[in-house]
Amino acid sequence: MERIITCIGCPMGCQITVTLDEAGAFQSAKGNTCKRGAEYAKDEVTNPTRMVTSVIAVEGSKQPLCVKTARFIPKEKIFDCLKEIRKAKVTLPVHIGDVIVPNVCGTGIDVIATRHLQ
Amino acid sequence: MRDVIIIGAGVIGSSIARELSRRELDILVLERRDDVADGGCSKANTAIVHAGYDAKPGTNKAKFNVLGNPMFDQLCEDLEVPFIRNTSLVVAFEGDGMQGIYDLFDRGVKNGVPDMQILDQHTLRKLEPNIGSTAIGALRLGTGGIICPYELTMAFAENAVENGAEFELGARVESVRPENGHWVVVMADGRELETRAVVNAAGLYSDVFNNMVSENKFNILPRKGEYYMVDKTYRDAFNATIFQLPTDKGKGILVSRTVDGTVLLGPTADDLEDKEDTRTTAFGLAEVLEGARKSWEQIPMRSFIGNFAGIRPRPSDGDFHIGEVADAPMFFNAAGIESPGLTSAPAIAVHLAEEITGKLGAKMKEHFNPKRKAIPKFRELSNEERAALIKEDPAYGKIVCRCETVTEGEIRNAIRRPLGARNVDAVKRRTRAGMGRCQSGFCTPRVVEILCEELGLDPTEVTKFGGNSKLLVGRIGSEKEGE
Amino acid sequence: MREIDVLIIGGGPAGLAAAIAAKEAGVDNLLILEREDKLGGILKQCIHNGFGLQMFGEELTGPEYAQRFMDRVEELKIPYQCGTMVLSVSPEKVVTAINPVEGLEQFQAKAIVLAMGCRERPRGALGIPGWRCAGIYSAGTAQRFVNLEGFMPGKKVVILGSGDIGLIMARRMTFEGCEVKACVELMPYSSGLKRNIVQCLDDYNIPLMLNHTVVDIAGRERLEGVTIAEVDENRKPIPGSEQYIECDTLLLSVGLIPENELSLSAGVQLGRSTQGPVVDETLATNVDGIFAAGNVLHVHDLVDFVSQEAARAGACAAAYVQGKGAHSSEAVPVEEGFGVNGCVPQLIHPAELKEPVKFMFRPRNVYKGARICVDIDGEEVLRGKPHMIMAPGEMAAIEVAPELFAGRDTIGKVTVRLEVRA
Repeated sequence: MERIITCIGCPMGCQITVTLDEAGAFQSAKGNTCKRGAEYAKDEVTNPTRMVTSVIAVEGSKQPLCVKTARFIPKEKIFDCLKEIRKAKVTLPVHIGDVIVPNVCGTGIDVIATRHLQ
Repeated sequence: MRDVIIIGAGVIGSSIARELSRRELDILVLERRDDVADGGCSKANTAIVHAGYDAKPGTNKAKFNVLGNPMFDQLCEDLEVPFIRNTSLVVAFEGDGMQGIYDLFDRGVKNGVPDMQILDQHTLRKLEPNIGSTAIGALRLGTGGIICPYELTMAFAENAVENGAEFELGARVESVRPENGHWVVVMADGRELETRAVVNAAGLYSDVFNNMVSENKFNILPRKGEYYMVDKTYRDAFNATIFQLPTDKGKGILVSRTVDGTVLLGPTADDLEDKEDTRTTAFGLAEVLEGARKSWEQIPMRSFIGNFAGIRPRPSDGDFHIGEVADAPMFFNAAGIESPGLTSAPAIAVHLAEEITGKLGAKMKEHFNPKRKAIPKFRELSNEERAALIKEDPAYGKIVCRCETVTEGEIRNAIRRPLGARNVDAVKRRTRAGMGRCQSGFCTPRVVEILCEELGLDPTEVTKFGGNSKLLVGRIGSEKEGE
Repeated sequence: MREIDVLIIGGGPAGLAAAIAAKEAGVDNLLILEREDKLGGILKQCIHNGFGLQMFGEELTGPEYAQRFMDRVEELKIPYQCGTMVLSVSPEKVVTAINPVEGLEQFQAKAIVLAMGCRERPRGALGIPGWRCAGIYSAGTAQRFVNLEGFMPGKKVVILGSGDIGLIMARRMTFEGCEVKACVELMPYSSGLKRNIVQCLDDYNIPLMLNHTVVDIAGRERLEGVTIAEVDENRKPIPGSEQYIECDTLLLSVGLIPENELSLSAGVQLGRSTQGPVVDETLATNVDGIFAAGNVLHVHDLVDFVSQEAARAGACAAAYVQGKGAHSSEAVPVEEGFGVNGCVPQLIHPAELKEPVKFMFRPRNVYKGARICVDIDGEEVLRGKPHMIMAPGEMAAIEVAPELFAGRDTIGKVTVRLEVRA
């Protein structure tokens, strides 16, 4: 069977047609303009992932700290990830790349700071 | 025991307060909303100083309009309120014929209106090249002008305060009753305030208070007027304020530049039940455009910056109620003040203040200061004046509202001055921050921050115009603690 | 009056890239003027990812992307002044600005790069009737409150307009525990990037209601709900199709407008379809020595292309002050043909091109399998590959090599158009 998905790898947003076998396993993809697109298409139908970005209030700073998962995490863990981010205690100063939540939700991926904060 | 309690701090109540503050009197003004000029139509009208041809001869409307009009030059100079005598043109179109113009001219003569001319089509088009193609002639009123109505109201109030009058905001009056030769004003919060005289300047609710104390009852019939505001790039579309022939419901739909350079289209005239229904409606706004199109065929449909509505406190018997109520001694009406209320305000104030003073036997103050310092308008200053201002106060070197070029200094001034702003709309009316093209999109966070700093508020307490009009509901993450 | 060789108005992504390019081209006497307290422009509040894929091959958030450029500005010791608002630019390139400490300053610039960005269309411009209550924000203002100030504008949200900022805020508000009830879009297609529809609406089951608009607003003091209605082919509400949606927050994402008040004060001519300056392939405006780049020129989707464009403007501004910017030929107008809207640049000098010229534009509608074509005086010289899908919400581009203009005595006009499948 076929599924058409929109690649979100970059704003080109290529429409990729993914062919799956009867068991739902990935067979092939077409319509992508780069290799990442084909990889994305495969992952999206078998194991969808997303990057999570958010902000946390920080004591001692008017401006909140913005953070991201260092890499894409399984889509179904987004809200659990946000819960862990919200509980994080942050001490100033913070620099871009500082680990705020190590190994979030057991994914092996850290949540890191995306701005400097004094 | 107060000498005078004034109910309502719109343009009428505020101008009366100022006049009374020339005397040695203990004056208190009670305003139910969180700001002056916020309760009714003082902030939402066409902003015209009328010549006075329109009102029926012999009425209070005609009398006080014509008395009030010439007072504006000195008044606005003393109070530093923007006012321009740009003249008015009542334009007749093909379907109307010129008879309506002649009738208005006659009425103007009867009312004592000076400086009127009848213009033919040729002269009209030379003066106003953009006037609609079916215009056939006009009545020109040299005394017509434009003003900022809420700045005028705030100026009256601030000057009254500087001369000793007291204002209480967020103070709603529940009822009034006579007692032992004086009056008791009962507040919504239960307080009872005693006073020798009461002035009823309660606008939309002036019928309520009149009818509590007098057998000569009238009703306020709310009539809504909707408006469009056009971007400043069209400030020069017309020089004069362009009227059409009046209808039985009012002066009709105008096209008028404002003192700020925007252009107002409107108002409509829709009778309502609800005195507070200031919603604009699809129907009403469409009516504005349909009406305005006769005067301005090229209305720039993509250049509206906003729309709004005001509600006129129309008196059921058609005329202003000015003066002591016959069957309620020391209760003075300044009630049912719809158009030309703004123009009439200074004259009504002088008249009523004299009447009240006579009854109370008050002396004139030795030191009354008629002048009020406005908030500096950075956008109108020369570069030299700007440089000097910033040197004096660096807060004037920081722009908060970029669309209208409003500085942090002006906003802080607006909050700190007598009867200062306590919410976002109050800051807006005093400084124009938020009235420009982006309609407060850029400046709101900064205005909120400054209000919090000046008034010791948390951002979640800041409102748009008082009451429940909060801007922010909480902090990020605050709902999730302990989950 | 201070004399500056290249003065850059705006310290956001466009201004930063232009300054870096000018410095790298050998201009030392340059200055960035930025009205906010820190550099970075709108990127400071764009905490989501999607930036830098083209430029750095990395998945960065807005602040991270901005920081790369800010670090380079520090590295190159490029002078900048924050908290400084430019009030006017004269046609003689005198720039008047204010700052709390410096007071009122004037600069005589040899070249200026306009990089002021854009603003959002407000409710007032749309003329939505109803109560004028609290709780109605442009999506960008809400974004600033949440991401830079740490405050929530509301809990139950409806979004009007499927522009990218609205889509991003749909996800943002959802992440902060709000109920985002719908995204309501007037047109039959979304005006934002497809990737944002997927990641911000579809992922969270937020309905995208195409062919709908808000016709009334309820709530005397704070918003209580909105009435939406379906619209017909003329975008007029269909009576009887009204639905009431209870909400306390309405976010507007209905269009961005380049901020060109300063450009007008300098006598810069604006193009009708972009509402930004008319420029040639060097990003030069009609005023000698004034260049423009970024959202002030035309509204971009991807900041990576803003940086590219602005770097070009900065390099051309540098060439101008170094005496290398003179034109030896007349400019040729670029016409917007079928399906093409807001094409930039609007003028080119075909005889002077040393490198390919990139035309950027927005498709007027949604097209499947369309090709971008370029004509010279009505004769087709370039016929691009078919694009699977083109939409107004996604900027399109075509590069034209200088050779294609060679061998002609005179060129009257160039046309960029779409060829759609029959």
